Amino acid sequence: MQLIFEKHKQGRRGFCFPGPDVPLAKPLAAKYCRSKDTHIASLSELDVVRHYTNLSRLNFSVDTNFYPLGSCTMKYNPKFTERIAAFEGFSNLHPLLPQLAGGGMLAQGSLEVLYETEKFLSEITGMSAFTMQPLAGAHGELTGVMLIAAYHKNNGSRRKYVIVPDSSHGTNPASAAIAGYQVIVIPTGKDGYMDLEQYKKHLNNDVAAVMLTCPDTLGIFNPHIKEIADMAHQVGALMYYDGANLNALLGKARPGDLGFDVVHINLHKTFGTPHGGGGPGAGPVGVSEALVDFLPIPRVVRRSDATYALEYHRHKSIGYIAPFYGNFGVILKAYAYMLCLGKDGLIEAAELAVLNANYCQVMLKDHYDLAFEKNCMHECVFSAARQAKNGVHAIDIAKYLIDKGYHPPTVYFPLIVKEALMIEPTETESKETIDAFIEVMIEIAGLAKDDPIRVKQAPLHMPIKRLDETKAAREPNLRWKP
Amino acid sequence: MSYTPHTQEDIKQMLQAIGVSNIEELFKDIPKGLRAKSFNLPHGKSEIEVTNHLKGLSEKNAANLISFVGAGFYDHFIPAALDAIVNRPEFYTAYTPYQPECSQGWLQSIYEYQTAICELTGLDVSNASLYDGGTAVYEAAMMAIRFTGRNKIIMDSGMSLIYRAMLYTYTSNLSVEFVEIPVVHGQSSREELFKHLDDKTAAVILQNPNFFGAVDDHSDVVERVHKYGALAISSVYPVSLGMLKSPGEMNFDIATGEGQSLGIPLSFGGPYLGFMAAKKELVRQMPGRIVGETVDSDGKRGFVLTLQTREQHIRREKATSNICSNEALCALRAVVFLSLLGRSGIKEMAERNYQKAEFAKEVLSKIKGVEVKRSSPTFNEFTVMLPRRADDVVYRMIDRGFACGFPLGRFYKGMDNYLLIAVTEKRTKEEICRLADSLEAVLCS
Ligand SMILES: Cc1ncc(COP(=O)(O)O)c(C=O)c1O
Repeated sequence: MQLIFEKHKQGRRGFCFPGPDVPLAKPLAAKYCRSKDTHIASLSELDVVRHYTNLSRLNFSVDTNFYPLGSCTMKYNPKFTERIAAFEGFSNLHPLLPQLAGGGMLAQGSLEVLYETEKFLSEITGMSAFTMQPLAGAHGELTGVMLIAAYHKNNGSRRKYVIVPDSSHGTNPASAAIAGYQVIVIPTGKDGYMDLEQYKKHLNNDVAAVMLTCPDTLGIFNPHIKEIADMAHQVGALMYYDGANLNALLGKARPGDLGFDVVHINLHKTFGTPHGGGGPGAGPVGVSEALVDFLPIPRVVRRSDATYALEYHRHKSIGYIAPFYGNFGVILKAYAYMLCLGKDGLIEAAELAVLNANYCQVMLKDHYDLAFEKNCMHECVFSAARQAKNGVHAIDIAKYLIDKGYHPPTVYFPLIVKEALMIEPTETESKETIDAFIEVMIEIAGLAKDDPIRVKQAPLHMPIKRLDETKAAREPNLRWKP
Repeated sequence: MSYTPHTQEDIKQMLQAIGVSNIEELFKDIPKGLRAKSFNLPHGKSEIEVTNHLKGLSEKNAANLISFVGAGFYDHFIPAALDAIVNRPEFYTAYTPYQPECSQGWLQSIYEYQTAICELTGLDVSNASLYDGGTAVYEAAMMAIRFTGRNKIIMDSGMSLIYRAMLYTYTSNLSVEFVEIPVVHGQSSREELFKHLDDKTAAVILQNPNFFGAVDDHSDVVERVHKYGALAISSVYPVSLGMLKSPGEMNFDIATGEGQSLGIPLSFGGPYLGFMAAKKELVRQMPGRIVGETVDSDGKRGFVLTLQTREQHIRREKATSNICSNEALCALRAVVFLSLLGRSGIKEMAERNYQKAEFAKEVLSKIKGVEVKRSSPTFNEFTVMLPRRADDVVYRMIDRGFACGFPLGRFYKGMDNYLLIAVTEKRTKEEICRLADSLEAVLCS
């Protein structure tokens, strides 16, 4: 498709301002003004609408395709939450209104949403308090690690290391490093669990935190989790919970009960808010009692008269990590989702997510190698190593699935699984959808034996074929030029 | 309400296939002693009930005041066509376009967004978005620290206090030295800045227009900064770029900013849009996703995520940033907004903002006791000095239906009587005149 800039026609316009109603003022001195126009395209409203509507049709999305992208929890996003976020009382609210004198009273509805969401999340995870400010999962990780650093500093200890398993998501080591820590990587044993001997070897009182995902990125619940936490606590290290996989545990287990001290949640995964083509999400962070004082400012508090206020004067706080109170629009959708599902609906979500994943695992395990012979929770991880012997790699399987109208599973993650295919069906998908997907996966396994070339040619039915990614990186063309 | 499609029969068949007799068995790896100690939540409600409840809460917010509050976050108009486009589920229920063949719509849109940001800022390359304007400034500072191998950051105290506070938080465990330059007569003090500039300086960060609304031409500062081998970073209000000299024209190395004003609702603080553009030699230091153009096996144009060896999923602890999810949908809003306005509409919008603010200055300066600060030119926001505490005046103006501005004493010591007033294209002449009348009445009472 042509670029929007290639459709430009001088003189067209897609929006009109009302006629000027104030007298013309003296123009700004030329030295402050731009000398050249931009090359933003000028088009009619219809041109713009048609351009982006047609572009949208080139995307797979949850509403149009099964999207079992592991680790991302691509569940259905209930429509009514979109309407709620668009209520003018929410969408038009300036974030600085509470800063005006008496202004807290101007935003009581939104403050209540923040306060109540915090309470829900605390109960769901077994933590003492939450900050709703982090703007995505990785932002939550960075906030969490900074909270851990503040905690240790307050105890007069300067620790140097953060431990992560080699199965961890890339954001975990990246967040630890950005917060100023050195990262120690613990290998995964043959049994699929973090190697406890190696872990013990590296654990000492220079370790600030251990960052884990649970169930881990292999979709496995590690039964030694409490032991791992206890050992960390014995040397004064804190346990960090990457909540990307919380969907598996709703009502079944809580990170707080498992011994975690700091938790982030991806509202855009577990709590049904849309992924927006890559964002916005929200990554609220929960902490145990010992860390509450360090939470970012402001905090939302409830006064004895049942009104809500913002508290800024907290001398142990790490400070500001976001401009305001978090991605409010996203938090609001997650709150509506939680109210709607309630206790039973959330438990049911976890149960059926785990059911769907186990069903996928069982139906496919004769055709693909399981990464580890274990029960899975909400996602199952296969290796296409068997298929790769015939030249059919995970990426080829992904492309064939695209031709068949399925968004591929996550491929090549976790990094420790060769040719990884990580499948997370989520609870909102029906048996029929999953059966049809399984059928295609089995078809691919067959083709990998009999006609590997056919798989490697895919996709043949999409608007484009495979793209030259090497060229893209070697000769970067990152913008259109006039 | 639940959104799961399973019938009892489905569940039975699936359990049978798995070889277990009930769902609970699927959770047997969680030891009994580690089961949830509590899960005390209310029962689910219907869509009607939840909608009504939240409608009620939304009405407890005073979102209908006539707003002259800006301070970095502005009440601009959002065309209906924009909402129609971003509300297409093919956009908002997709995820990061990892698989280009089924994500060309998103990838091309981001490529167009990157182009639009480069055009606005006058720089070479843009990424696919960051969380907000504050994290964008922080990421830019870290880029400069890595690029120069130095660790001193000089920043203008005319940059939003919120962003400065965020920078301090993020670097509190790193060895970064900060120097803040005072604002003199509304603008960053050259004298102070040059005094601190040395060959240990990684970057100088300036905001335009600054927090007080003052417009500056930073070309002279940038030239000096480059003499010391440091980078110049601009934090900029994108709507103003329809009129103001761009960071590129002033030779800045990196431009960042809050993109909220480009078609994104205020929404009580987020989701917003951090944008970042830079000179091309800095591209490998950039954080976040970047989309590039390439060709498919038939030679046809297509788009992919590129230069990924900078990113956390490949480089892990050595990545340029930890960002994964970004603000893609807000970036889409920005490029659609700019495209609806078009080349001349962007200029016209900036012009309208400037004209209305100038008119407001005229009208307000006629009120006895109100002094409009005129030491520097402004864009759509300006500072006035009142004969008494601004927060008190703001409070009284609320009863009259106005959020009349931001009381600067909240952020700056000694500025209790100062009010920061923003006027966007949405404000009418009539509203501005009523603002003045009400302010006069409040000041007289
Ligand atoms: C296991 C895991 N951790 C962390 C993240 C980062 O979350 P976000 O993308 O919200 O920053 C992800 C997201 O894909 C993830 O899958």
